[in-house]
Amino acid sequence: MLTVKNLRRSFGPLVAVNDVSFSLADGQILGLLGPNGAGKTTTVSMVAGLLTADRGEVLIAGHRLAGDTDPAKRRIGLVPQDLALYDELTARDNLRFFGALYQLTGRSLDEAIARVLTLVGLEDRARDAVKTFSGGMKRRLNLAAGLLHNPDILLLDEPTVGVDPQSRNAIFENLEALKAEGKALLYTTHYMEEVERLADRIVIIDHGSVVADDTLTGLQSRVATAGGGAATLESVFLTLTGRSLRD
Amino acid sequence: MALVPIVAMVRKDLQLFFSDRRAVIMSFLVPIAIASFFGSIFSGPSRNVEPARIAVSIVDQDDSPISRRIVASAQADRNLKVTRRDEADARDAVRRGAIVVAVVVPKGFGEAAGNAFFSNGEKPPLGLFYDPSRAMELAMVRGVMTEHIMQAVSQEMFGGEQGRAQIEKALPEVQRSTMPDDQKRLLLEMLASVQKFYNRAPAPGDATPARGITMPYTVREEAVTAGSNVAYNGYAHSFAGMGIQFLLFAMANLGIEMLLERQKGLWKRLRSAPLSRVTVLTAKALSGTIISLMTLWVSFAFAMIVFRVRIEGSVPGFVGISLGVALMAASFGLLVAALGNTPASARGITTFAILIMVMLGGAWVPAFVFPAWLQQFTLIVPVRWAVDGFDAMTWRGIGISGAAMPAAVLVGFAGAFMLIAAMRFKWEEA
Repeated sequence: MLTVKNLRRSFGPLVAVNDVSFSLADGQILGLLGPNGAGKTTTVSMVAGLLTADRGEVLIAGHRLAGDTDPAKRRIGLVPQDLALYDELTARDNLRFFGALYQLTGRSLDEAIARVLTLVGLEDRARDAVKTFSGGMKRRLNLAAGLLHNPDILLLDEPTVGVDPQSRNAIFENLEALKAEGKALLYTTHYMEEVERLADRIVIIDHGSVVADDTLTGLQSRVATAGGGAATLESVFLTLTGRSLRD
Repeated sequence: MALVPIVAMVRKDLQLFFSDRRAVIMSFLVPIAIASFFGSIFSGPSRNVEPARIAVSIVDQDDSPISRRIVASAQADRNLKVTRRDEADARDAVRRGAIVVAVVVPKGFGEAAGNAFFSNGEKPPLGLFYDPSRAMELAMVRGVMTEHIMQAVSQEMFGGEQGRAQIEKALPEVQRSTMPDDQKRLLLEMLASVQKFYNRAPAPGDATPARGITMPYTVREEAVTAGSNVAYNGYAHSFAGMGIQFLLFAMANLGIEMLLERQKGLWKRLRSAPLSRVTVLTAKALSGTIISLMTLWVSFAFAMIVFRVRIEGSVPGFVGISLGVALMAASFGLLVAALGNTPASARGITTFAILIMVMLGGAWVPAFVFPAWLQQFTLIVPVRWAVDGFDAMTWRGIGISGAAMPAAVLVGFAGAFMLIAAMRFKWEEA
């Protein structure tokens, strides 16, 4: 469904992403891991069409993404790291607005809003202003806004930052349900346990380049442990990216 | 261009605008309050109201017939509110701002002025102590006092005791002078005629006072507005000026909101949708234009209901100017969003830019009080065209032709702002 080929992007002298490639199939969750400043968000931005790559290409079902109005962008749903919501508006008004950006109107928009609110468990709060929501509820609504137009690919940039365990678990269940529907999910995070639970494949990125692209088991097998058991993902991550502080 | 997203963006911006109580108050109530205040100051006298008099004190140190005539004449002037003080009090009153000008008639003024009137005698100084913050009123007082002094001196010289004595004294002096014979002869004839005039026996019942030199004309004043029955309404100007000022603030705020949307990641959602840049900018310009029009028209509606401001010119012209102003202001908001780095830095520089624009544009005080070079210079400020356009359509009562140029120039500014905004906008989101 999603193929990323040799992406490169620099900001002045800084090369943020260099020759990054990976692919993502339907019904698969790909965990994109990396230290701060590794190039995860820049990569996601290029996949979402927010940034133009200096080199390389993004293919959506074999179609090269080109330009702001490329209809293929409808197949992508973005859940930004920030809580990209209008606090003064109700949950429903937020979703009406974001749905209309994808030409959803009338009954189809109403149905889409009802569907995503039910998915994230906020149907009872539809008419409440977002500013009255807890952090976890805002995170769930943030996810819902990315799902309104029923995209095939969901880009999730650290979607659980600052939420309590209950909300985090609820989000995981939502994502697993979406995976079961056949959606392709690209999931970036710092939390190893999230990737261990959710990801079918893991891409570790550091200094703008891919340093590993494998399943959890495959990555664990790369690192030997003293007792001969499976290494944790965190120890694999630290082995591949080093222990020096990044910010 | 996609209509559904444009409508959605406009509706969302309007919802956000009306949910922000501070923005609503700033856009609707504050301009009305300030424009009402400025309008009451700059309205000028209406037909039934006594004009404001300039507070003046006269210090008569001479106490001569001429100085007494000056005081009496000034006290009768409808433009002045005259009080009598001594010099120290008068200076103090000027310093405190209680009066605008103190006129000091020094000792010997009358005699010296009489001498200087018919001969080359030394001209006596008239003291004027004035408040430097009110230079325009000083100029008025100078003109008014010139009239009263000329009248008082000439009255005395052509009919008073001092005039008689002056002629008696002047005749032998001229006789002895070394001036050319032909000039001497003419001057002697004139002085002799004046002396004959003094010595004539008054006719029975002739109590007409000596008139002296008076203004050789009277003034018929007519304020040229939309029509002979239409009085100037200063509220029309103040509501235009303040309306424009606060809609510029509202639009700058819209631009800053765009920067905040970027900070909050909302632009990532917007830009990840299949929307063209033209669609995004059009929607923003449209919502800005609608909010601007509401701001303007609510202000003017208030002025029409409460202060009887009327569109004496062309209604389509007024609408055209309003649209031009609204487009210009909305595109100014886009410019703020395009050039601003952060909301905080944009807010500071934008406030400064708006205040300069409205000040130079004549929104606070009419542009005609500016020096000539500044009046020409301010034609590069869009607010100037907007204010002039509204003045033309309201109290000046100029037809649609008076709206064409200002509206075209405002649309031109809007286009230029929009073009710069589109070119400088940071479209990419990292």
